[in-house]
Amino acid sequence: MSNVSKERPVNLDIGTFKLPITSYVSILHRVSGVFLFAGTGLLLWLLANSLQSAQSYAELQESLSSVVAKLAIWLVLAALIYHSVAGVRHLIMDMGIGEDLEGGVLGAQFTLVCSIILALLAGVWIW
Amino acid sequence: MVTSITSFGRSGVSDWLVQRASAVVLLAYTLFIFGFLWLHPSLTFQDWQAFFANGAVKVFSLLALLSLCAHAWIGLWSVTTDYLTTRLMGAKATAIRLAVQLACALVTFIYFVWGIQILWGF
Repeated sequence: MSNVSKERPVNLDIGTFKLPITSYVSILHRVSGVFLFAGTGLLLWLLANSLQSAQSYAELQESLSSVVAKLAIWLVLAALIYHSVAGVRHLIMDMGIGEDLEGGVLGAQFTLVCSIILALLAGVWIW
Repeated sequence: MVTSITSFGRSGVSDWLVQRASAVVLLAYTLFIFGFLWLHPSLTFQDWQAFFANGAVKVFSLLALLSLCAHAWIGLWSVTTDYLTTRLMGAKATAIRLAVQLACALVTFIYFVWGIQILWGF
C-alpha cells in the first residue's frame, strides 16, 4: 500500500447529496442499532432488578412510574421496533423480494410507517 | 481471499450469515418476552421470577444473549470500519478505530457476563 497515493480523490462526496428515502431508512437502521447497544445496558439493569427480590421488584415498579423513566424505556422500545422492522425488510430483500428501485422505495416507506405505528402503540402500552 | 483480522468470522460471508441467524433469534425472543408481558398485564414478582426460573426460558434467554453479543459486535464492527476511516478521521483513524472496537468488545463481554449472572443469580 505504501506506493499508493493516500490523497486519492474521492468520487462520491455523500455530504453534498440529496439522499433518497432508502438511505435514511438504512442510516436509521445503523443509528438505532448503535443506540440499542447502549439501551441493552438499561434492559439488563431492568431485568436484574426485576428478578433479584420482591423488594427490588417493587422499588423498580415505583421508579418506573416517573415520566423520565417511561420516556427512556419508550425510546429504547422505539429503537428496538424500528431496528426489528428494518431487519425484517432486510431478510425479505435477502429472499430477492423488493430489490429493484421501486420495491426498495416501497419497502423503505413501509418500514417507516410500520415503525411509527408500532412505536405509538408501544407508547400507549407504557402509559 | 480478503480477510480482516478484526471481523467476527474472519470473512464477510460468515459475518453476513451470523448476523441474520442472530437477528432471527433476537426477533423471536423479543416477541416471546413481549408476548408474555402482553398476556400478563398485572404481573406479580412471583409470576415473573417463576417464568425466568423455567429451564427452557433460561436456555432461550442465554441463546438470545449470545446472539445479541455476536449481532452487536458485527454491527458495530461494520459501523466503525465504515466511519472511523482515514478519509473521515485523518491519520489517527486506525488507532481510533481499534480503540473504539476494543471498547465495544469489552462492553459486549460485560453484557455477556452480566446477563449470565442475572439469569443464574436469582
